[in-house]
Amino acid sequence: MKSTHQDFLTGARDSLPILLGVVPFALICSVAAISVGLNPVEAVGMSLIVFAGASQLAVLQLIGEGAIWIVMLLTAWVINLRFIMYSATLSPYLQDEPLKRKIPFIYILSDQAFGVTMSKIASQPPANPAWYYYGVAGAIWLTWVFSAIFGAVLGNLIPASWGLEFAFPLSFMALMFAALRDRPTVIAALVGGITAVLTKGFPYNIGLIIAALFGIFAGVFAERRAKA
Amino acid sequence: MSGFPLWMLFIALALGTFALRYSFIYLFGKVDVPDWLADALKFVPASVLAALVFPALVYSDGVLDISLNNIRLLAGIGGALVAWRTKNVMWTILVGMILFWVLQAM
Repeated sequence: MKSTHQDFLTGARDSLPILLGVVPFALICSVAAISVGLNPVEAVGMSLIVFAGASQLAVLQLIGEGAIWIVMLLTAWVINLRFIMYSATLSPYLQDEPLKRKIPFIYILSDQAFGVTMSKIASQPPANPAWYYYGVAGAIWLTWVFSAIFGAVLGNLIPASWGLEFAFPLSFMALMFAALRDRPTVIAALVGGITAVLTKGFPYNIGLIIAALFGIFAGVFAERRAKA
Repeated sequence: MSGFPLWMLFIALALGTFALRYSFIYLFGKVDVPDWLADALKFVPASVLAALVFPALVYSDGVLDISLNNIRLLAGIGGALVAWRTKNVMWTILVGMILFWVLQAM
């Protein structure tokens, strides 16, 4: 077997433990989509086209609240800004790859694919890091798609009276705690959260964007002060 | 929201997100990530996610309610403990929703 294909398969295999977390997250995204009124095709379509769970959940919550589309877009893009860092970190390993391979696999870049790939490169670098990444990203994508379809079927069976919209803040909460690493990130979260509470009455849910910016600013400020 | 506008929204979300994913792979060798941007990006997830969580817990039917009568706040605090200990989405939803249903029934 060619060493590129070998690395692809190793990547796919290494992603197996992570897939256990991908399945429920994709299910949640589909169920959440149905709970705010999307039909199953739209729910699966969203997961296929957007393929960025946390931002999908945020947009779905905003759809449920009747926000305007520009706020939905801004919120989702702000949440996905983290991909800039992943992009910069992965770029040296992908520079010699042809566009026809690189583009589809970058389209399906995810937190998990980035995490698995970078920890492998740090511990025992594969001969072809790009192909290793393709294997990880591909396995995660495939799992995501099938789980999203299953979730859409499941979501159709859950009655609205269950109050599933409360699952939105709960899921964001788990993601938030995973992002709290040190004092400055905690300060960013507190300022972002409290600003969002105070600006809740602002039109078009624009308070969410203001709160996010305040939180980021507070985090940067806290970190600079800690260093000074 | 449904039909054509919804699909357009998905496409706009995807294009913007692809631009972020592809950004520095495209710019490799041309531009490095500026320090101020790298510093700011570190705080994006904590800040945005908290901005989504806090209002959902302290508002009840559109009114600020920081009291023991607010079952979202109570169930949310329970969920927060699970989220803090496990950092796991599924467990947080499971425990938070069960608390929510139990409090609702009481």
